[in-house]
Order: sequence, then structure tokens, then C-alpha cells
Amino acid sequence: MVGRAVESWGRRSREVHDVVALSERGRCLETLQRCMHPALAYGNGRSYGDACLNPGGTLIAMRGLDRFIDFDVEQGVIECEAGVRLDEILAVTLPHGWFLPVLPGTQYVTVGGAIANDVHGKNHHSAGTFSCHLESLDLVRSDGRSIRCGPAVEPDWFAATAGGLGLTGIVTRARIRLMRVPGPWIATRTTRFASLDEFFAIAAREAGTRYTVAWVDCTGEAVRGVFFSGEHAQETRPAPSQRRRRVPFTPPVSLINRVSLRLFNALYGSMPREHEGIAHYRQYFFPLDGIEHWNRIYGPRGFFQYQCVVPVAEQEPATATLLRAIRESGTGSFLTVLKTFGARASPGLLSFPMAGTTLAMDFPDLGEKTQALFASLDDIVEAHGGRLYPAKDARMTPSMFARGYPRLADFLPCRDPAISSAMSRRLMGS
Amino acid sequence: MTTRLLVIGASSAIALATARRYATRHARLYLVARRADALESAAADLRVRGAEEVDTAVLDVVDTREHARVIETAWSAWGGFDAVLVAHGTLPDQAACERDVDAALEAFDVNGRSFVALLTDLANRFEAQGQGVIAVISSVAADRGRASNYVYGAAKAAVSAFCAGLRHRLASRGVRVITIEPGFVDTPMTASIDKGGPLWATPERVARDIERAIDRGFGLVYTPWFWRWIMLVIRSVPERIFVRTKL
Repeated sequence: MVGRAVESWGRRSREVHDVVALSERGRCLETLQRCMHPALAYGNGRSYGDACLNPGGTLIAMRGLDRFIDFDVEQGVIECEAGVRLDEILAVTLPHGWFLPVLPGTQYVTVGGAIANDVHGKNHHSAGTFSCHLESLDLVRSDGRSIRCGPAVEPDWFAATAGGLGLTGIVTRARIRLMRVPGPWIATRTTRFASLDEFFAIAAREAGTRYTVAWVDCTGEAVRGVFFSGEHAQETRPAPSQRRRRVPFTPPVSLINRVSLRLFNALYGSMPREHEGIAHYRQYFFPLDGIEHWNRIYGPRGFFQYQCVVPVAEQEPATATLLRAIRESGTGSFLTVLKTFGARASPGLLSFPMAGTTLAMDFPDLGEKTQALFASLDDIVEAHGGRLYPAKDARMTPSMFARGYPRLADFLPCRDPAISSAMSRRLMGS
Repeated sequence: MTTRLLVIGASSAIALATARRYATRHARLYLVARRADALESAAADLRVRGAEEVDTAVLDVVDTREHARVIETAWSAWGGFDAVLVAHGTLPDQAACERDVDAALEAFDVNGRSFVALLTDLANRFEAQGQGVIAVISSVAADRGRASNYVYGAAKAAVSAFCAGLRHRLASRGVRVITIEPGFVDTPMTASIDKGGPLWATPERVARDIERAIDRGFGLVYTPWFWRWIMLVIRSVPERIFVRTKL
């Protein structure tokens, strides 16, 4: 056990945690029972807020559980320990023509992290969330119980653990159903739009396309943006080199300010109206993964991610109101992502997506101004029956969380008493 | 011609990371370690990662009488090996070794004597093959005895000298002997040490250097590279001055 300063991806705090490394899944129970409580499993720390933090308690570092257990090359089912990262899975499965059916915005998350946050991807409208593709997972609880659960086996434990923020126990292994693909290339179509109505029209037109997402410039009067759609493509050309750039140090102030944002987004808006191309999956899915430590450009105060979803019935007025509020605050974000979610339900009790539209943005920490903006965004989201994504959240109120997640009452009895996080203490009282 | 690699101490983090690199190259891997359960998980993992074939055998290296049987079985499995990686070891509690003669001798057995026994047998087999690579994991601790870990350092010094001698003996026999000296590596073995800082390497980084050394390296290989220069300085400090340091 070593005391180490740990920060999450938003870099908003750097507090000392007792870190215990787990290297064998057979030792998980012993480790959980023996460490100083409260404890929390920690994967790769890509949560933005405090979902993966436990200052004053123990973090059980799960990356040592990075073994594959089985890969059925014919059926496309892979079984691995919970510390395996999604990029490691793709490296093994893609040569055999298998892909992960759901991929979040970065491939550097662990299987455990993907389950705890029930991550979603650009194909939510067709594929749902990560847990929709799990056959089973193994959960270890501090009372000694080891539970293999899935949609067909112990479904209540499965429902609590998918999106359960690591609070029901420690996930040690999972069995994932993969998706057949012809190769690593994505056929892309990029369409420029100059209004929110246009965005929704394109989204409706592209409802049958597998991957869709839009980047939006909300600094101008009109909502301008670029809509990306993609399908897996049959292509044979050599893969691009995995050259990685690093942001080697934290600049003393945030590099993101009003001027740079306007410039960036304006540049974006000057692309041709519609453009087709081929992109490698790494460039298409994970554009930022190629820049190691990109979160450092927000400066030493770190940044906030705000991701909300508003239900389909109110999506157009709600999205318009949200974008207007962001524009009027003048604190527009570097990465503003807009995407429509589909109706495919997730088994997770606390799973974030719902049929409707999601908006995700980064904001540098400008103190009071940022907090005031968030408060007004919260009001808009709640007024329209929406909610926020815990994996990104650092500051929502317990009451907003409870109202956004009506199945919280079903979830709470499934919590492991020995496990809690900074987020659970903030949102659930313990 | 797929590479046949014998890995002794296969459940060590560095050995596993190296084996994974070879699995990606579809090598055939023969894993030897103390615990059957660790061997099974490692074997399953390596098969998924692409190893053409994985076989395992249980051996406690301290029990030198068992060496001959296990190595003979391994040798007959695939008709010999293209390379062997000797990677087992434990980090002894230096304070306990100072208090207790048995603890000191035990540490020396695992980290020194067992290497002598294994390498004597393996050297003869490789010599008979007339080809192959013997890669042995020693440590920068071998380069100078220091108050903080001289029991481990002494055992590793024995290993490094033994390997240098083997290297000399086998040079004209078509067999390359590589001594690998890692510095600080972030593994379960070093769990008790306070980590962090630029001197700490991941097992993956070290594994990359080991693979390169096995493929085309020679002699004593420090990993990461900067330890060569750090240890040059450490070795050069005169005794009168060194004994006053807290190194």
C-alpha cells in the first residue's frame, strides 16, 4: 500500500490516496477485505469528475488484472479480466475481423470502467450501451460473495452493476459479445450544417447509419457544425502509424480562451459542405487519443466536462435553449459534441443514455462564471426531463441526480458497504 | 520458422510482458513457474494474444534437484529452444536478511544459486544445439553493493559474473548470452517501494528492450538505457566517499 496523489481526467483535484495494486483476480476478495475502507476499484482514471476518486480511502488499482481468458474466434466472444483496456481488446480481435460493438470517446478505458459507467458510443442509436453486449460479469463483494451475473443470470445484480459506478462490488472479469467487421477502416461522410433544424434533419436522415456524431460551434448566433456519419468499410490499405504526440507539461494558464475557440470553430465551419472519405478507426473514433495528456491544455486548474441528455419529445427546444445559454455566457467549449441517442434500453439501473439528444462540452474553470452557467444548464436540463452523465460529472447536486435517475432507490440496496467514492459521498450521502 | 522461447519465472511481470510480445509474433512459449494457477492464467492470456502454442511446467527453482527433470521435459517437447529467458526472483527484505542468517541464505538461493544451477544445464544444451540465445535477468544492483540491498545485489553480482563467463565460453559456439540489468521497474515485486519519478520503468518498456536484445543485442544490456550511465557514475565513486552516502 502506497500513498499517492491521484487525479481524474479533469485534473481538478490531486489528493493523496492509499493505492493497493491488485495483480491476481484470486486475491481480489482478500485485498478488498484487508484494505483500509472505504475502498474503490480504479481502472485507467478516465472519468472526468470524482467517480474514480476516493480521497481518504483506498484505491484498488485494477490494471494488474490485464489478462485475456478466452477468445472464441468463430463466435466472436471474448472473455478477459476487468483491467484489460479496450485498445488491448481491439488489438487482439480486429485481426480476426471482430470489433467492440460499443466504444466510448477514448479507447484507454478498462473493461471495468466501461461497465461501471455503462459507456456509450457514436452508435448508441443502433447498438445501445456497453452492457447491452455483455454475456456475463464476475462481481466480488466484501461479504465474501462472488457473483457471476448477466442479463440471463442474476439479472438484478447485473442491472445494478452496469452503470453502477463501481459501487456494487469489484468486477474482476467479463465476457463480451463482439461485432463482425470487414476491417479497421470507416467510410465517412461529413456534412456541414448551419442551423439546429438542419442538424436534426440530418440526424433523422442518417438514423440508419451506424455511427453518427456532430461537432458544434455554439459561439455564433446560428448553430453551425459538422455532422460525421460512418460505416465500417471494406478497404485494404496500410494502417496509419500510431505516432503519438504529447502535451509535455501543463501550461500555466488555460490555452482555451474565447479567441482560440472562435478561430477553431470558424475554421471548422469553412470546410466543404459535404465530403466523403475513408478514415482508420483510430482516427475516426479516438481523435484525441493520439495526443497524450491533452487534458493538460486546460491549465493547472483543470477543466469540467458537462454532458447531459434531453428526452426526444423535447429535444429540439431543449437543445436550442442549452446552446443559447452557453453562447450567452461566453465560455464556449473547445469540444462541443451533439448526438442523438436511440431508444435501445440499457439493462443498467443508473445508465445515462435515453432516447433523445446528448450535448457534451468541456469548460475551463473560470470560477463563478462557470458555476453559474452550470446552474442554468442544470435548470434547463431538468425542466425538460433530462439528466447528467455521472462519468463526466464533478458538481451536480444530489437532488438533481436523484430526480434524473428514478431507479436510484432500486440501486441503493445493491451497494457494497465497504465501497464508496468521492462521487457516491457527494451524490448518495455515503 | 516460429521462435521457441523458454521462460523461467514466467509469472514475473517482466517475463509476462516479454512473453506477450512474443505471443504477438506467434511464437511458441514454454512457461516455467512455481504456481500452477499463475501458469494457467498466463498460458490462457498468451494464447489469446496470438501465441502459436503454449506449454507449461511447475518448478520451484530453489529445489535444484528438480531442475534436470523439468528442463529435460521442456527440451523434448519441441526439440530444443531458440531462446531462453531466465526471469525468476524475489526482492528480499534487506533488514530481515541482516538479522537472520537463514533469510540471507534463502535470498541468495533464489536470486543467485538457482541461476547457477539452471544456467549450467542450459548452457550445455545450447552449446550442443550450436545456436540460440540465453537471456538472463540480473539487476543494476549487481554493479555495486549498497547498504540498502546488498544481499540481493550480491546474488545478482554472482549472476552477472556467471553470465559474463558463459558469454565468453559460448561466443565461439554460436550461442549468444545476454545479461539484462533493469533499474527500477514498477512490478508486484517492488510493491513495497515508494514509486514515481522518471527513473521508474514499466514492465512493458523493459520487455521491449529484452525482445530487442534477444533479437540482436549483445553482452550486458541496461534497461532503460540511461542506467548504463547512472551505474557508471555509481561504480566510479571511491569507497571512502561512497560509504558516507545514503545511496
